Formats: sequence, structure tokens, C-alpha cells
Amino acid sequence: MHKFLKASTATLALAVAATGANADGHALSGDLVIFSDMSNPAPRATMEDMAARFGEMHPDLNIELTIIDREAYKTQIRNFLTANTPDVANWYAANRMRPYVDAGLFEDISDVWEGTLSEELASTKGAMTLDGKQWGVPYTYYQWGVYYRKDIYEELGLKEPATFDEMKSNCQAILDSGKKCYTIGTKFLWTAGGWFDYLNMRTNGYDFHSELMAGKHKWDSDEVRATFANWRELLDMGAFVDNHTSYSWQESLPFIVSGEAAAILKGNFAVAPLREAGLDDSKLDFYQFPSINGDVALAEDAPTDTFHIPSGAANKDNAKAFLKFVTSAENQTLINNGANLGQLPVNANSSVDDDKFLKEGFEMLSSNSPGGVAQFFDRDAPAEMAKVGMEGLQEFMVKPDNLDKILARLDKAAERIYK
Amino acid sequence: MADTTVSTGTSQRSWYKRNEIAVTPWLFLIPGIIFFMVYVIIPIFQSFYYSTLSWDGLGEPQNIGMANYAELWDDDAFYTSLWNNFIWLALYLLAIPAGLFIALLLNQTIWGIRLYKSLFFFPFVISQVVVGLVFGWFYDPTFGLFNIALGAIGLGPINVLGDEAYVTYGIIAAGLWPQTAYCMILYLTGLNAVDPEQIEAARLDGAKRLKMLWYVVVPQLKPATFIAFVVTIIGALRSFDLISIMTNGGPFGSSRVLSFYMFEVALSEYGFRMGYGAAIAVVLFLIMLVFITYFLYSMYNEEKGR
Amino acid sequence: MFPTPIEKSTPGVQVAYKVMLPVALLVWLAPLLAVALFSIKPDADFTTGNYWGLPSSFEGFTNYGLVFGSDMPRYMLNSILITVPTMIGCVILSSMTGFALGIYKFKANIWVFFMFVAGNFVPFQILMVPVRDLTLDMGLYNTIPGLVLFHIAFQTGFCTLFMRNFIRALPFELVEAARVEGISEFRIFWFVIMPLMKPALAAMAVLIFTFIWNDYFWAVVLTQGVESQPVTAGITSFNAQFRAAYHLMSAGSIVAALPPVAMFFLMQKHFIAGLTLGAVK
Repeated sequence: MHKFLKASTATLALAVAATGANADGHALSGDLVIFSDMSNPAPRATMEDMAARFGEMHPDLNIELTIIDREAYKTQIRNFLTANTPDVANWYAANRMRPYVDAGLFEDISDVWEGTLSEELASTKGAMTLDGKQWGVPYTYYQWGVYYRKDIYEELGLKEPATFDEMKSNCQAILDSGKKCYTIGTKFLWTAGGWFDYLNMRTNGYDFHSELMAGKHKWDSDEVRATFANWRELLDMGAFVDNHTSYSWQESLPFIVSGEAAAILKGNFAVAPLREAGLDDSKLDFYQFPSINGDVALAEDAPTDTFHIPSGAANKDNAKAFLKFVTSAENQTLINNGANLGQLPVNANSSVDDDKFLKEGFEMLSSNSPGGVAQFFDRDAPAEMAKVGMEGLQEFMVKPDNLDKILARLDKAAERIYK
Repeated sequence: MADTTVSTGTSQRSWYKRNEIAVTPWLFLIPGIIFFMVYVIIPIFQSFYYSTLSWDGLGEPQNIGMANYAELWDDDAFYTSLWNNFIWLALYLLAIPAGLFIALLLNQTIWGIRLYKSLFFFPFVISQVVVGLVFGWFYDPTFGLFNIALGAIGLGPINVLGDEAYVTYGIIAAGLWPQTAYCMILYLTGLNAVDPEQIEAARLDGAKRLKMLWYVVVPQLKPATFIAFVVTIIGALRSFDLISIMTNGGPFGSSRVLSFYMFEVALSEYGFRMGYGAAIAVVLFLIMLVFITYFLYSMYNEEKGR
Repeated sequence: MFPTPIEKSTPGVQVAYKVMLPVALLVWLAPLLAVALFSIKPDADFTTGNYWGLPSSFEGFTNYGLVFGSDMPRYMLNSILITVPTMIGCVILSSMTGFALGIYKFKANIWVFFMFVAGNFVPFQILMVPVRDLTLDMGLYNTIPGLVLFHIAFQTGFCTLFMRNFIRALPFELVEAARVEGISEFRIFWFVIMPLMKPALAAMAVLIFTFIWNDYFWAVVLTQGVESQPVTAGITSFNAQFRAAYHLMSAGSIVAALPPVAMFFLMQKHFIAGLTLGAVK
């Protein structure tokens, strides 16, 4: 990692010098405390490198970086926002940040967004906006879609499906060959949220979906039932691997690696572990989730990960400079490239890394997602609703006959949560 | 040494000296009581208060009276947890006879038996986090030994931890492993105290194995049984680690117990309801109170009997 | 078997017993043996489906090397920094409370004792929210002292029960004799009772060590980072990082489990002696 750190700093020496000059104009001093949830190996290296480069631009600045396990971070953030406050903290966009915004724990940083930044980050500005103000900056986002075994599809003579019917007929062919169509691990629930997002956005469109997430529709409605009916078709075919309630998403990957399952609906972060497990580009490919209802425009999930300034931060000026640095075009190009996060840069002036999946994803999001871009089930819905909802989705996948009970339960929860 | 104490023992004894026997226990008790008050007793009452609040742990709390309890009354997840708690209570007690059985098995004097006793005690020393992990693999539907064994006798496969019908039992089985070891060691020490003469007398009266066990040995083990009962009940109601590691409450919340559910609603990833969590804790406390009362009552009787 | 001593049974039964014991032990410890086996396997064995067979190559050094190269040593150190002071604190506090409640007869005695016992039986989840807030208010959130203070306080309930019962069982004449000699109460505590408490203290120390080392719940509630979390929390974040890497998770688990095991074996003699004398009364 050390070697890598040096190499990337060297190549970027020029860019860094340039950014340093125009982003802040002067060298910073004092302290900057960063809490980060980028604990997986690659993101961790990226984050450490990013802090180191910022430190080089500001030699007098004392940067303290604490990286916390990504899962643990989700429960710990509320503690450190009220006590032991850092100057900069990672989090997620949209409704996922609402509890902290409502409690006054995130700083309103609309001033950072003034001017050119709003144009450069136009695509994600909506996700960072609540009550007309901006509460943080994005640093990366990634597409969702179906990652599939190209070799298996070729062997069976299948093509990437464009419609739900093709999706189902493909699936039948795969099932007939003794494999499962999709692998999934629902132990931690959210993976089922991805399936619901897509099925619902394809069946009822982006607007309905986002209104449902905002509590403006009943769960027990014809629209939502239509979504579940589509899902049920796949379930009844036996499209998903068995026993998925026992697996985390990582534990569900071996099925696609071994060829027991032909595809997975997942965010682009699945590419790295799949490649590492031996699926090179001749075996792994990507397609956009096919259209179901021809009357609604295609829309995608593209979750955005973010940086925020807690309102209790001690060094807000330094923190703001850091956020500007994070979102700058050069830094965005670097941290999102294949050697680092392997995701999409949020700055319009950045370049997307020359990687098959990133290019395809970028293309899809910028030109083939006219319906809109959603964050993700558990970021669009309020936290409690997301929890109850995803549990219902998991139950539906195992016991589709319980649908009436599940919908009634969700409506009951919604009534309390959205009041 | 004797000199100094004698010289102070005159008529001019200080107040402390005169009241030494009455004051000393309190001097010894004060640090312990303060600690215990601050961290245990007062928080119990605070929890009662919190349970009347609507509070996300971040902003300003709002007093909502009994609304949390009213909601509990109508919460399916709460009943699932409550029911699972009863299953835990009932089945966890199996650790007591199982522990007794192993203790009887090991209560011999052959070469190396000390090592055997220690090794049988092993599971208790290991963190439940590790126990949960290991049993998770044991139950794994793809490669777990459990399903291999089932397959060998022509059954299965069963996805124990992913099936709402089996999941709680699967976790309890994992919990019984260390708990049985704990009960075993309690009984082993208890067996040391069994009076050999009574056994001999019973043998002369012609008492045979099971009868001997039930009418002669077990009554003498009553103190050990009492402690085993106490620690097992406490363990059953506190069960959290195993559930959190093995299933995270799933599938779809079917393996929750009250202690896990309250953590989930109050502090987990999607939980922001301190008041609701406290209300669940209060219910759990009330259940426990039944047992606490019983424990204290039997201890009180024993004290009086002395 | 019990109460018939095995020596008195037929040779056939004796042999059967001696054969059965190691087999029973193997079955009893099978889950642990599996983890030990996993921990020396190469990654490849899991992708090829060789879960329970012999390792195709010995990768113990690589796997354990990775564990020690991660944050695990730091978590272990934290665990020690949490467990040892807690142990010491509990021993001090509870030998005092146990002495007071075991030796002196005063009206409130039984009620104070019951307070400790009842508090010890409380499902500790009920303390979660208030204790977390208290720790936050004291500025001890996410610090080792914050966790230690709570553990000492909570374990005092159990330890007081343990020590008090033990001291009750000591011959009271000793104290009376000392009082007749005019020895002060503090000296009775220190020179008369303390030396007799040693086996009980040893047993209790082992139990406390085990309880605290293996605590997961409070580690999650009161601490949050590698600078203060104990190894039980560390192993879960280690596992999160290497999810589905069974060989590494196994190695990590073994490392995390070793100290209480070592502690138990070191103190085994005192532990059993202490339990026999005190706890089961």
C-alpha cells in the first residue's frame, strides 16, 4: 500500500498543486478530524491516500483520520455527532441523512455549493438537498444493474434481455440447464430492497416509487400489488438461489463464481470481489434491468456516498476546504478510478475510468435513465420504514403467500412513521 | 500491635471507636453502593421514565405518556420476541439436566480426569461471538456439518438459520453448549460436597442407580441446582450476542427476543426510538422481576432458617 | 455411573468408560476443532468445496500472520486494558462489600444484599440507554475507563453475592477471637479475613475475566473504534472485512478466544477450589 501511495502522489503532483491553489487560495493550519466508514481494503487505502494528499497541500494542517468499520459506523454516528464530534464525517445521501439534519447535527453547507460547484455536481445536488439547503457533498456514486455470467449466457445462446418477457424466458432456459438465474443473500435485508426498487420503478415508474418511499401511497394498492405480482412470477419459477436468508451478499457471490447461478442484481461494488474470485471480463458482463411496463421511463438506483460537516465541528473552515478538495474534478477522477474505489466520479468535469463496467454504468445513468435516479430503498425511505419494509420484502421472497399480511403491516408502520 | 489497640480502648474512646462495629460495615459498603446505585439502580428507574418519551436520541425528547406501551400492545414483532423469550426460557433450562449428566459422567477418579473436566468446561470460556460464528457454519445450508449429517440419515437439507420455524431452536442449541458446560462445573463442585456416608447407607438399603440419583444425590445437590437455575434463567433472558451474530434477528425478525428487539429499535442501524426501546426493556424487566422475587424469596427463607 | 466409583465396576465397564471419554470429548469439542482446522486451511480449499477434509496445504502461518498484521493485536490490548482493571476493581470492591455483609449483623444487611443480588439479575439491556447517556455526559463515551467503570459497577452485584456467601461460610469464631484480642475491624478485614478469601478471589477473578473478556453487548453500546473496542467487537469488524473468508475468520476467532482459555488453565486449581468453597453455597 505504501508503494501505491507514493506512486499515486507522484503522478498527481501537478494536479494537486493546481487544485491546492485554486480551491482554497491559502494554506490551512490547525486541526482537521475526519471520521470515515471506508473500512474495506480498497476504499480504506483510497481514503488514507486522500487525507495524505490533502495534508501535503497544507503542511501546517494536522489531520487526524479515524476509519471505523462500515457496519459499526452506522450505529455509532449518532453518538459521535453528539459528543466527540469530528470535523468531517462520512454518510449517505437523501432521506438517510434526514434524522441528523432534523436534529441539527449536520451543518448547512449551502455556501460551499454556491458558484461553480453546483454546476459541476449538478447530477447529485438533488440528493444532497433537504428543505432547500445542502447538507454535505457527494464523493462517489455507482450504478446498479444485473451482473451476469457472459460465458453461461453464450453457452445457452441467450442475449441480454430488454424486456421482462425476455428476462423470464432467459431465466427459464437457465433453470432448464440446472442453474439458478439469480444469486442473492438477504441475511442483512437490504439486497431485497434492490430488487423491489427495480421491479417497482419498472412497473410503476420513478415518480410513483419515490412517492411511495415518501409515504404518499398506500402499500396495499393496485400498483404495489402489481410489482409484487411480477416479483412473484420470478419466485414461482424458482429464479433465486435457495436459502438466501442465510447469506450475506458476500456469501452469495460464490454461487455466481461457481456458475451455480447466472447473475446477480447488485451495485458496481460487486465487480471487485467477483474479479478477484476469477471472473474476468470474458466471463462477467453487465446489463441494465430490463423494461417491464413500456409506458414508464427507465429509472435507476445510483446510491451516493457523502461527506458531511457535523454542526459541532471545531474546525469548520478546514472541513469546508477538505470537502471542496474531495469534490474537485482532479480528485474525483483519481479516487474513483479502477485502482481506487472503482466507481463513478460525481464531478461533471472528471473523467470516468477506462473500465468496462464503469463506462457502461456511466453511459446508462447519463443517457438511458430518463425516468430519474433513485438512491436506494433504505436511503429514500425513512430509516424505520426501510427496516420494516425490507423485512417484509425478505418475508415475501420466502413466503409469497403472506403478501396480504405484509402489506397490511407496512401500511400500519407507515401510518405511524410518516404522520 | 496489641499495645496500641489496648491503649485506645480506654474510657476516652473516640466516637468511631465506640461505634466501630456499627460503622465499619457502612464504610466498607459505601464505594460498592455508590457504584451500584449510579450504574445499575438509578438507570433502572431512568428507563421507566424514558419509556414514556418519544425520543430519537438526537433531538428534544417529548413526553407521550403510555403511548409506547399502547403501541407495544399492538406490535407483532413484540409478540414474536416475547414468545421467543418463553421458548428460550423453557429450552435453556435443559442445560441443567445436561450439565448434571456430564458432571455425573466425569465424577470419577481415573488418571487424567482433571484435564477432561477442564476440557469439557471449555465452551463456557469462549466468547459467544465465537460460538455463534462456529454454529453458524455448522448450520450452513451449503457446507454445514449439520446438513451433511442429516443427509447421511436420509433427511434434510434444512436451512436452520434461514427458516422461521427452526431458527430460534437452532440458536438455543448453540447457546446450550456453553451453558451446559457452566452447569456442569457447578454440579461437579456440588458433587464434591455430597456426603459419601449417605450414599453408602442408601446402597445398603438397596437403592439402585436412578432411584439413588433421584432420592439421594439430587437433593444433596440442591444448592448447585439453585445456582444453575439462577444463572440459566438470567442467561436465557439476556440472550443477545448469539442472535446478533448468527441471524441478526432474522429471517424477517423471527428470531428476535426482547433484549435484541430493544437494541434494534433503540440503537441499531435503523433504530432511533429510545423511548420505545426503554418500554421493551421495562417489559423484560417485569418478566425478570418474577424470577428475582422468587430468587430473593428463597434466599430470604434460607437466611431465616440459619 | 455415579455414585458407583468406576474402580468398583467390572473391568469391561472400566475399559468402555475409558474409551468413551475421549470420544465424548471429541464430539463435545467438535465445533472448536472445526474452527482450528479451518484456521490452517488455504483459501482455495473453500472455493473447491473442501470444507471438512484435510487441508490441501498448511497455511497456518499465513492466516495467523494476517490476523496479527491487522488491527487484532490492538483489540487484544484493549481487551486486556479493559479486563484487568475491571478484575482488580471488582476484587477490591466486592471483598469489601462481601466482608461487610458477611460478617456484620445489622438491620439493613439483608436489604443491601438483596439490592446487589436483584441488580445483578436485572436484564442488563434495561440499563443500556441510561448508561450510554451517563457515559456520554461524563465524557467517557468510547473510552476504556468508561467501559471499565460500568463493568466494575455491574459485576459488583455478582461478586458481592459470591464473596458474601463465601465469607458467611468461614468460621465466625475467628472474628470473635480477634475482637476479644482488641484488634480493630480494619485489621480483622486485612489480616484475618483476607488471607482466607484467597481461593474465592481467585475463582471470582477467573469468572470475571471470562465474563468481561467475552462481553460484546456493552462493547458495542459504549465504544466505537479500534482505539477502545475490545476483541469481541474487533472480531466482528475483522469478520466484516473478511466476510466469507472462513480461514481468516477462524484464525481470528482462535486468537480472540485464547486469553480466557489460558487464564482458565493457569488458575484452574484455584478456580475449582474457589467454586467448591463459595459459589455453590
